[in-house]
Amino acid sequence: MGGPRADPNAAVEAAVTGAFRTEWGRIVAILIRMTGDWDLAEECAQEAFAAALTRWVTDGVPDRPGAWLTTTARNRAVDRLRRSKTEATKLKEVAALAVADEAAGPAGPDDSGVTDDRLRLIFTCCHPALTLEARVALTLRTLAGLTTAEIARAFLVPEPTMAKRLVRAKHKIRDAGIPYRVPPAHLLPERTNGVLAVLYLLFNEGYSASGGEDLLRPSLSAEAIRLGRLLASIMPDEPEAAGLLALMLLQDARSAARIDDTGELVNLEDQDRSQWDQAEISEGHALLEAALRRQHAGPYQIQAAIAACHADAATASDTDWAQIAQLYGRLRELVPSAVVELNRAVAVAMADGPRAGLDLIEALETGGALAGYFLLAATRADFLRRLERWEEAAESYRQALYQVATEPERRYLSKRLAEVGG
Amino acid sequence: MKYMLLMCGEEAPEDVAQTIPAAAPGEPDEPCWMPWAREMEARGVVLRDGAQLQSSRTATSVRASGSEVLVADGPFAETKEQIVGYDVIECADLDEAIYAASQHPVAQHGGVVEVRPILAS
Repeated sequence: MGGPRADPNAAVEAAVTGAFRTEWGRIVAILIRMTGDWDLAEECAQEAFAAALTRWVTDGVPDRPGAWLTTTARNRAVDRLRRSKTEATKLKEVAALAVADEAAGPAGPDDSGVTDDRLRLIFTCCHPALTLEARVALTLRTLAGLTTAEIARAFLVPEPTMAKRLVRAKHKIRDAGIPYRVPPAHLLPERTNGVLAVLYLLFNEGYSASGGEDLLRPSLSAEAIRLGRLLASIMPDEPEAAGLLALMLLQDARSAARIDDTGELVNLEDQDRSQWDQAEISEGHALLEAALRRQHAGPYQIQAAIAACHADAATASDTDWAQIAQLYGRLRELVPSAVVELNRAVAVAMADGPRAGLDLIEALETGGALAGYFLLAATRADFLRRLERWEEAAESYRQALYQVATEPERRYLSKRLAEVGG
Repeated sequence: MKYMLLMCGEEAPEDVAQTIPAAAPGEPDEPCWMPWAREMEARGVVLRDGAQLQSSRTATSVRASGSEVLVADGPFAETKEQIVGYDVIECADLDEAIYAASQHPVAQHGGVVEVRPILAS
């Protein structure tokens, strides 16, 4: 008999998996525009990928897998609508759109006047009339192609709960008349902020979980970065999109050093910087510089600049804390939040000493905005510890422990408490 | 699409139709929602119906079970904020309805406007 042969199925599977990552969102977005039916769009997209798994074995992987998949999905949709005896006028509309789309070719961000449907999709997923949880789930399902089960696991909820959340969101879109479009100019700034906020929330969920045992849920941050890349590519004129991507890359670059072998949280100043991902840092830098050149600084660009300061420091003691404190000051002008002020206090303490930081903490406590937020107590504890005010530090660490939510952070605080004799 | 806008707010101590001074002397004062109504019409939002309601003090709640009718004084929900008025509008989509709601005097003065799509019959 002959020698070993390459398994055609393995090659096809790889091609389909690869195509899924890049094409799923695009196909679903196009079908929703064409049919107005979110479930139909997902089902037809699903069927196209299933068809590819068998057809590409016999016919070979097409030169343009995306085009093949889109056409297959579109034809399936028209077919399904025909069979369900859809009203003749609606069917004609859909079929006409399919023909026009096919003639136009795959839409890209360069096609003048042709909107990437994924932009319509992401703005709709992130509409303020949907709950925040729904926005996140819908974005992951329709744009990133995560299954309901995967999303449920990522957010530590039962699958039926997540399924219901997605169904409710889609029904709300349909029943309340949420339009499938990129918002008009007067709404665009606030809606863009909404989209960026959803992506950053996703990234943070993966970067430091808000509850439970694992501090890092890597797959969510990876999805957030992927979606961030997509957003930056389809919104090339929005520097905050590039700013967000830069921020996520610069923070993600540190992820390998953030947890030690025993699963303990490693403080930024103690991290082994040789484990930082230099490729991500370079990319983050490049994106940030390009964004800043547009002279339209925004919160994400500033936060990226702060992350870049950390990334630039070869060792913790090389960190330009004065610059970071200044950046937090600028950030606070744009985003007057107590959390930003807390971060500024940390930077000021590093630049000017813990006494200066403590003054800012005390002002925050008087304000009352962060009552119950464990990082306020933990930061106060840290400053007191550095001032060698041991008993006060211990009391603050105890307060923080009462408020903390994740295991690794709890262990970290317990360790500090023991250090100050508490 | 058709929506009902339900205006919810803290009720005024007295039942007086809220008005704003007329634009020109000698003209009657306008209901406070009149400038809003004009803006909506200019935008293409169709106002099908609408009214300011008398206060919840004048409300009567009615329940029925067969021939038994239960009547009680007051609104069905004893909350600080009550429905003070409503509008039925027809517009392109939820974003338009949200805009209409946001511009209404009740929303602008600390109340909340619920935007509810009307079931197509």
